[in-house]
Amino acid sequence: MHNDARNFVALSDVAIADADLRSAVALATTRAYDKRMVALFEHSPAYGEAIRQQAAEAKRRALRNLPDLLEKAESSLTANGFHVSWAIDAAEARQRVLDIIRQHQGRLISKSKSMLTEEIGLNAALEAADLQVIETDLGEFIIQLNNEPPSHIIAPVIHKTKAQIRDIFVRELNMTPTDDAGEMVAFARQTLREYFVGADVGISGANFIIAETGSLCLVMNEGNGRMCTSLPNVHIALVGIEKVIETLEDYATLDQVLTRSGTGQKLTVYTNIINGPRRGGESDGPEHVHVIFVDNGRSDVYATKYAEALACIRCGACQNACPVYRNVGGHSYGWVYGGPIGAVLTPLLEGLENAAPLPHASSLCGSCKQVCPVDIDLPRMLLDLRADLVDEKVDNRWQMGLKGWALTMQSPMRYELGAQAARLGQRVVGTDNLPGVLGNWTKYRDFPGFAPKSFRQMWRERERSHRKEQPS
Amino acid sequence: MGLPERESPVGKRVSLFVTCMVDMIYPNTGMSVVRLLEAAGVEVDFPMGQTCCGQPAFNSGYRDEARTVARQFLRAFANAEVIVIPSGSCAAMVRHEYPTLFSDEPEWHERAVRAASITWEFTEFMVEGLGLAELGLKLPTPRKYAVHDACHGLRILGLGKSGRVLLDAVENLDLVSLKDADVCCGFGGLFSVKMPAVSDAMLGEKIACIEACEADDIVTGDVSCLTQMNGGLSRRKSAKRVRHVADVLAEGLQETTDA
Repeated sequence: MHNDARNFVALSDVAIADADLRSAVALATTRAYDKRMVALFEHSPAYGEAIRQQAAEAKRRALRNLPDLLEKAESSLTANGFHVSWAIDAAEARQRVLDIIRQHQGRLISKSKSMLTEEIGLNAALEAADLQVIETDLGEFIIQLNNEPPSHIIAPVIHKTKAQIRDIFVRELNMTPTDDAGEMVAFARQTLREYFVGADVGISGANFIIAETGSLCLVMNEGNGRMCTSLPNVHIALVGIEKVIETLEDYATLDQVLTRSGTGQKLTVYTNIINGPRRGGESDGPEHVHVIFVDNGRSDVYATKYAEALACIRCGACQNACPVYRNVGGHSYGWVYGGPIGAVLTPLLEGLENAAPLPHASSLCGSCKQVCPVDIDLPRMLLDLRADLVDEKVDNRWQMGLKGWALTMQSPMRYELGAQAARLGQRVVGTDNLPGVLGNWTKYRDFPGFAPKSFRQMWRERERSHRKEQPS
Repeated sequence: MGLPERESPVGKRVSLFVTCMVDMIYPNTGMSVVRLLEAAGVEVDFPMGQTCCGQPAFNSGYRDEARTVARQFLRAFANAEVIVIPSGSCAAMVRHEYPTLFSDEPEWHERAVRAASITWEFTEFMVEGLGLAELGLKLPTPRKYAVHDACHGLRILGLGKSGRVLLDAVENLDLVSLKDADVCCGFGGLFSVKMPAVSDAMLGEKIACIEACEADDIVTGDVSCLTQMNGGLSRRKSAKRVRHVADVLAEGLQETTDA
């Protein structure tokens, strides 16, 4: 997918000016956040926190053993009848998919929601090869009609209001205008049905791969993924290498936090644990199931101090909790993943220089870490990425200024002189329009001004008067 | 990463780190802290060598510059028995960041760990440190306040309810709730000038909650967040303001002392 992360500030300006976007995102993220609180903590705060830590440990254990676990997954999946292959990058992944489709003379592809396929720009490649590809997740279907990428990990069309979606259906599919959400959904179902039936290849991602049992796990609420993975004769699953976990028991733990954190459900409507293609004697299911493990930069991340970012289970809770995301939406982040996890993953996967503003797109409030079901220390990573920006000289434009500042703060005398200078300067320029970068403060906010007398001056005077009162 | 364990500070002299913003912009808030500590029978000392904790540089990724400033903090507080800071954010910098900031410099690391293990945020010091929930305070006139939880105090230090506990015990003070009290005000240090429009959008949401709240004014534990919120309230011509918890508490002290 095209990366526009360098333009975060300009993109977020557009988003902030878009009242529809802000109200749609605020409404949906707040609702998801509140539902999560109930679902995760209804037993007791201790239960919610305990299961969160258990999930964090399951995912970290998997990451520690990732190379071995991938080999184990390959053999258990193969033993179950899956065709397993590997793709080092986006181009190779796209090519593998195209090869498999050609091998089976596929023409119509039904697709279940997958962020990885967004990452590798799969749809554009399929369309360029004259294949028809239909996104079947309702949200994805809508944004595909509107020719835009998803703006949230699990709620791709979170940035649109109901009225905007109605207009898209009317414009693109000649829907009879209605404001009834139920009618709009029924209309989409009807439209999608023929694609489900006609598709000869289904494409999905995966929430988890269980190495122990050789299973592919997919959770969903609309059932579209089950249609994509069972009706066509060929099913291709694209899976990031970080999705492998050890055991079925780990899956039980992780699924509980995934659904609770993502949608506030104890269980999604559909839970699919796929254990291979149709077997002898079975009357349905695809004859061929391919799992393509995609690296696309993940091994490089694995080798750094940011490996923990690979623990992400793509629940979207950090996006819902992030006050920056809530105000600017996902598209402002310029690439596949928005919100705090995007501010970390985009620089890691696309290169720091191609995502320089993102580590700064956070007030470091810590909500993301607080809600993360696997306890990824996102604020720590954002801080470390900021340090990388300076150390690797990608963005160190404040170096001189902060060096001077540090030199001042290093000496109490210089500090006090500096404070006096600031007080004097304030008399000259006032506090309405502060100079330099501080003008960005007064553009939006009033500045209270420096006090005529500093605390340390007051303290000195107090000490002097105490000494007078109590001569020693 | 856990926070270092602390010994009981009861009976020890307190060295006040007033923070650079309080020193230069809100000196009266610093005096409120001193008066409250002294009213609680605590001996207060103000090390003159103090400047800033280094957080602006640290949060922007300039670790060398942050270390330069942090060393000055460690020098200034080398002889402190207990450090009290009227800011959750600066206290979190010392408690949470200093030890890792100096992980490659054994001598400074030791000093950083020591500082981290004697540092308290002001309300936390009163409630958790001294075990004082009730300061015997009374406001001159009845007033309604609501608390905004500043992020670093809440999520890094895990401050919980110490500010509310102190406020709740004040006579004539009616504590009401603020919607989304734990959502960031959009300050974020240099974030507020690096991404001013985003910061202002966040501030706008916070101000909508403040306006809708039945409190006369809002109380918080960090002058940085307070500056952001008051900057926005003032620009939007609101009658409400955000006050530092120490200033609100100290008002009750005046009444008690005068009576």
